[in-house]
Amino acid sequence: MGVFDDPFDPTGRPWSCPCGRHASVAEHEAALTCEPVAADVDALTARTVETAVARAVFGTETRRRAFLGLVGEATAAAALAAAFPLAAAREAFAQAPRRIEKRDLKVGFIPITCATPIIMAHPMGFYAKHGLNVEVIRTAGWAVIRDRAINREYDAAHMLSPMPLAITLGVGSAPIPWTMPAVENINGQAITLANKHRERRDPKDWRGFRFAVPFDFSIHNYLLRYYVAEAGLDPDRDIQIRAVPPPEMVANLRADNIDGFLGPDPFNQRAVFDGVGFIHILTKELWDGHPCCAFAVSREFITQNPGTYHALLRAIVEATAYSSNPANRREVAAAIAPQNYLNQPVTVVEQVLTGTFADGLGRVQRVPNRIDFDPFPWHSMAIWILTQMKRWGQIRGDIDYAQVAEQVFLATDTAEAMRELGLSPPAGTKRTHVIMGRTFDPADPEGYLASFAIRRV
Amino acid sequence: MRATRPAASLALACLLFALFVGAWQLSSSTGFGTAEVADPEYAALVGAAAATGGQTPFPSPFEVAARLWQHLTDPFYVRGTNDQGIGIQLAYSLARVLAGFTLAALLAIPLGFLIGMSPLLYGALNPFIQVLRPISPLAWMPLALYTIRDSSISSIFVIFICSVWPMLLNTAFGVATVRREWLNVARTLECGALRTAFRVILPAAAPTIMTGMRISIGIAWLVIVAAEMLVGGTGIGYFVWNQWNNLSLADIVTAILLIGVIGMVLDQILAMATRAVAYQE
Repeated sequence: MGVFDDPFDPTGRPWSCPCGRHASVAEHEAALTCEPVAADVDALTARTVETAVARAVFGTETRRRAFLGLVGEATAAAALAAAFPLAAAREAFAQAPRRIEKRDLKVGFIPITCATPIIMAHPMGFYAKHGLNVEVIRTAGWAVIRDRAINREYDAAHMLSPMPLAITLGVGSAPIPWTMPAVENINGQAITLANKHRERRDPKDWRGFRFAVPFDFSIHNYLLRYYVAEAGLDPDRDIQIRAVPPPEMVANLRADNIDGFLGPDPFNQRAVFDGVGFIHILTKELWDGHPCCAFAVSREFITQNPGTYHALLRAIVEATAYSSNPANRREVAAAIAPQNYLNQPVTVVEQVLTGTFADGLGRVQRVPNRIDFDPFPWHSMAIWILTQMKRWGQIRGDIDYAQVAEQVFLATDTAEAMRELGLSPPAGTKRTHVIMGRTFDPADPEGYLASFAIRRV
Repeated sequence: MRATRPAASLALACLLFALFVGAWQLSSSTGFGTAEVADPEYAALVGAAAATGGQTPFPSPFEVAARLWQHLTDPFYVRGTNDQGIGIQLAYSLARVLAGFTLAALLAIPLGFLIGMSPLLYGALNPFIQVLRPISPLAWMPLALYTIRDSSISSIFVIFICSVWPMLLNTAFGVATVRREWLNVARTLECGALRTAFRVILPAAAPTIMTGMRISIGIAWLVIVAAEMLVGGTGIGYFVWNQWNNLSLADIVTAILLIGVIGMVLDQILAMATRAVAYQE
C-alpha cells in the first residue's frame, strides 16, 4: 500500500506480501502471474470445446475425478469421442471466431416497409449484436441507390430483387457481378387506385389508365404487367406504366397524374390514410409469397470482406426472422416509423405490418400475412424474374437461367446463416410457384415464356 | 420614380400579407367530406379528413407557423444520420454552394479576363461557351455521378458548372468594354501590361464582374435545392424531398420560406459588394 492510499479501505492493497513468502507485494504478484500462453488459437479452441463437453458429461468435479481415476485418461477421451463427435465440434468451433475486416459500414435504404429488417436492425441492435457499427442511410430513389452502391459509397444496400440480376447482366447499367444473399420481404405490395375508380374494379376496363411502378426492374412492374396481361390488356399499348419513386406516388395520385399504382407500402396505406385512393388488391392475391425487396452486396465486397459479410448476413437474417414474428410487429412498427427511418405516422406503418388495415372503401380488413419476411432467396424466384425480363424485352437472346440465378441469389449462404441461427432453411433451392392460378416450373423457363399470348419475344 | 412614403409602402405590404394569409386560411379549411363513417375502428385507422370521406387538406397558416417555430427554436439537433435539424441542413447546402461558387470564381474570373482582353481567344472560345451555357445544370448530374462517383462532389460540380457562365461572360464583357481612352492614357503613360490590367482594367470592369457574381450566386442557390433533391443525403433540398416523402406540407412551406430568406441574404451580400466597387464616370 502506498502512502497516498486510503488506509481505512478494507479491500485496498496490503502493506506487505500477504502470504509472507515474498519480500514485497510486487514480488508476490509476479510469482502469482500465469505463464504466458502459447498463441495457438486452434489448440486453445479445441481444448475449450473438450472442456465444455467433459463438463456436460460428468456434471460434477467428484464424478470426473472418480471416472478418470478408474479408467485412465486415454480411455476416457476415447470413450467420450465415441459417443460424441468431438472432432466435428472442434472444427465447427474453430470457424466461429472470424475476423471482421470492416466494422463501420454504410447501408442504404429506401423508406418503405419492405426494408423493415434492414432498418429495424439499427434501432433494435441486431447489427451491434454481430459486432458491426452500421449507419443506415435513407436514399432518394432506386437509380440513386444503385449508383451509390456501384460507386462504393454504400457497402451494402436495400434493392428490389430484380436489381442484382439486372446489374449482373448489365441491363440498365454497366455489368458488375452483384449478389443477393437474402430476400427481405415477401408479399406486402398492393394495387392502389384513385377514389374515382371505385366502380371500375375489373382490369379489363382499365384501357388508357396511367400506372406508376417504383422502378423498371421491380417485381411491381412485372406483377402489374402480368396482372393486366392476364386480363387481356397489353401493358405496353393499352395502359401506360411510369417509373415513379414510391414517395411521389401518393402525391401524383392526388394530383390526378396517374390513375393508380402498384407500389410498396406504406404508400398504399398512406393513400388511404389521406383519403386519396383505395386498395384494389394486395399482391399476395396475385402470387402468395412473391419476393419483393432484397439485401444486396457486390461480389467484390464478399471477396474482400468475407468476415464482415458473414456477420452482416447473420444480422440481416436474424432481423428478418424477428420481423417475421407477428408478436413483434407492433414493436417493429414503432421502431421504424420515426423521422430517422421511414418518417411516417405510426398508425400507417402499424396497419401495414399487423395486417389490420382500412382499405379505403370503408371496411377494416384483417390479413395477418399482408406482408411477411423470409430471407431465403429461392433460385426459382430468380428464374421467374428472368423470364419476365425476357418477356417484356428487357433482356434479349439466350440466357442460362439456372446459372445466373445461382450466381446472384446466394441461397447456400442464406441457408448456412439460417441454420447457425437455429432456423430451418428449405432443403432445395427450386420449387414451383403459382402465379394467378398458373403454375411456373423452374425447370422449363422457355416453355413457360412461350405459354403467354402477350409477350415481346 | 417618384419618392414614395416608406410608411405607406409598409402598410400596403402588411395589408397584402394579411389578405394572403386570410385567403390561405379559408382555402385550407375545406377538404373535409360530409359523409358519416359509422365504423369507429375504421375512422381510427385513417386520417381525420379521410374518415369523413374527404382528403387531407393543405395545412393552415397556423400549422405552418407552429412548425416554423418548432424548427427555429431547435435548428441544430442531430438524432441519427437521417434526422438532423433544419439549421444543419441549411449549413450543408450553404457549404456546397460556397465551395462550387468559389471554384467557379477562381476559374471564371481569370479566364474571362483573358477572353475579354484577347479578341482572338474570344472568337475561339465563344462557340463552346454559347453551346454549354444554356444547358440546365441538372442535366450534368447523371454524367457527374457516373464520372466523379461521389454524390456530394457531384452536387458541388453542378453548382460549379451553373455559376461559371454568368461570371465568365460578365467578366469578359466588362473587360472588353473598358473605355478606349483609359487604355490609351495608360499606354501614353507607358504602363506595362500587368499594371494596366490591375490598375486600369480591373477597377473599370469590377462592377460588371460583381454583377456576374451576383447572378451566379442566385442561380447556384436555385440549383442546389434541386440537386440535393436528386442525390439526397443531406442539405435543405433533401429536407424538402424528405418531407414530401412524408407528405408533410407544413415542413415544406417552412423550408421554402427559409430558402427564400437565405437566398435574399446571399444576394444582398453581393449587392453590397457591388456597391463598394461601383464608381461614377
